[in-house]
Amino acid sequence: MSFWFIQSLNSLAFGGVLFTLAAGFSLIFGLMRIANLSHGAYFMFGAYLGLSMVDHGYGFGSAVLVAAVGVGLLGGVVERVILRRLSGNTLSQVLATLGVAFVIADGSLWIWGGDPRSVPAPAWLSGGVQFFGLTFPLYRLAVVGFSCVLALTLWLLLERTRLGVMIRASVDDRQMAQGVGVPASTLFTLVFCLGTALAGMGGVLAAPILSVYPGLDADMLPLALLVVILGGLGSLMGAFVGSFIIGFVYSFGQVLFPNLAYIILFLPMVIVLALRPRGLFGRITA
Amino acid sequence: MRRRLLILTIVLLALLPWWVGGVYYTNLASQMLIAALFAVSLNLLVGYAGLTSLGHAGYLGISAYISAWLMTHLGWGHLASAGVALAGAAVMAGLFGVIALRASGISFLMITLALGQIVWGIAYRWADVTGGDNGISGLTRPQPLGFDLGNERSFYWFTLLVFLSVWTLVAIWMRSPFGASIRGTRDQPRRMSALGYNVWMIRWLTFTVSGTLGGVAGLMYVYYQQFISPHSLSLANSAEMLLMVIAGGAGTLTGPVVGAVLVVLLKNVASAYIDRWVMLLGFVFILIVVFVPDGLVVGLTRLMQRFGARRDVGERSVNAVRPVVSKKGGL
Repeated sequence: MSFWFIQSLNSLAFGGVLFTLAAGFSLIFGLMRIANLSHGAYFMFGAYLGLSMVDHGYGFGSAVLVAAVGVGLLGGVVERVILRRLSGNTLSQVLATLGVAFVIADGSLWIWGGDPRSVPAPAWLSGGVQFFGLTFPLYRLAVVGFSCVLALTLWLLLERTRLGVMIRASVDDRQMAQGVGVPASTLFTLVFCLGTALAGMGGVLAAPILSVYPGLDADMLPLALLVVILGGLGSLMGAFVGSFIIGFVYSFGQVLFPNLAYIILFLPMVIVLALRPRGLFGRITA
Repeated sequence: MRRRLLILTIVLLALLPWWVGGVYYTNLASQMLIAALFAVSLNLLVGYAGLTSLGHAGYLGISAYISAWLMTHLGWGHLASAGVALAGAAVMAGLFGVIALRASGISFLMITLALGQIVWGIAYRWADVTGGDNGISGLTRPQPLGFDLGNERSFYWFTLLVFLSVWTLVAIWMRSPFGASIRGTRDQPRRMSALGYNVWMIRWLTFTVSGTLGGVAGLMYVYYQQFISPHSLSLANSAEMLLMVIAGGAGTLTGPVVGAVLVVLLKNVASAYIDRWVMLLGFVFILIVVFVPDGLVVGLTRLMQRFGARRDVGERSVNAVRPVVSKKGGL
């Protein structure tokens, strides 16, 4: 019995981490129609930045902040310098993000070396909570809570602010939005910064759970892809629901069928693609 | 003229072990041919069908692992295990095709990437069967009709034979009416559909053949390396294959071959000086995509066209691009 509870919490926590990754991916895709294949690399880079901050004695909160800002800025530079040159050619943009992913991943290996590193959870979240005679690690509960707050914040940003209106308008009909004066260029950079910042933040949040190692990017990117294929491209709701589905399938699969966890991952994608190719909540098709 | 150049190229390639000087260079040429096999098979999908796939290393994986496993664990012979390995690659390609072709464009690319990573994950995590991170080693090369391929020259000739057969098959196939219909589904899927072509079926067949030929290349790869590990199935490897196709020129017969030769050369030269191949791969990827998006072969052809060398070159058609590359191959 306790196995199921603890595993469910692990699944929720992993789903929460996935959401920080997939939300940005989905936002960028919705607006720019680019599958940002460097998203996993931003995630790992953020985790390493956080690791360095913690190593130098800074608190976990400032590590999260620095990773988010640093990775967001890097994303902005990549968008302005590389992706902007290729505007109008989404396939080239996607391939360029793949190149960026390799540069970041290999650069991180260069800087931080090849050994897996773990980041301790902040002291005030490192204990456990007792429920029904079971001990739940506090940090994982906090990650679940944080991802829900993040989802709510993003939803409010998209639904209740002027910026959100402009983003949604551009997702639905970019040309029309530009026609009525939405500054698409600024918006693209802004959303790319936001999406990559979320990935960087997710990396630090995940570090106490997953630890940081070379190849983390290649582990996370396909999961993010599965989430958005499942949930629907460009849909925040889809990213949220998809993250937790994949979180559950992945966590339980790893424990129950450790050899075949990767094959099981593939089932939700196959089912959704067979029945509803645009995903559970998708409005757009690529 | 073209035919003569082609024959000259083939003769030069066949005589290569004598004029290239040294075991290292003969082996390098074998590596190039194997890489070119991957590029040519992937090009069917990327260039001709217009479906950019980022999971091609998966077919390398499935055929290499099946044949390695059958030989080491069950003690099967080379011929039987190669047959089963190719059948495995074909079945996997057929299955993946059904899934990935629910989408096109960027979604197709994302699905093939996810599928490729799942194959990688299986190779990495299902350690009971695949040996995990250590892979499967201690493999041998086949001895077709009594020729010992352990020797670098005979292995080179065997690879050349396989490469020329596959390349010729692809060339014939792409010039056939079916090849034209594949290009049709790339350029005008709706019109093709309106004309009564089964666009999905054409794409699926191309996908399956592409994956199966990838399996052929995977067999040659594992014969050459005599070792297989999950690293060969990584996303970086799939991307490397895609880079060969794009750098050379997608949708041309010789572009991917040129691309493969250049990428293998770059990899070998670079690894002599630095050990950051993946980073270099990333930079080259960005540079090619930004500055030579159509590939070097098409780019060169266009350059020649600008100097008025030929009037009919520059299109993405098979005939238009061939002569330039035949010259290049003969260099």
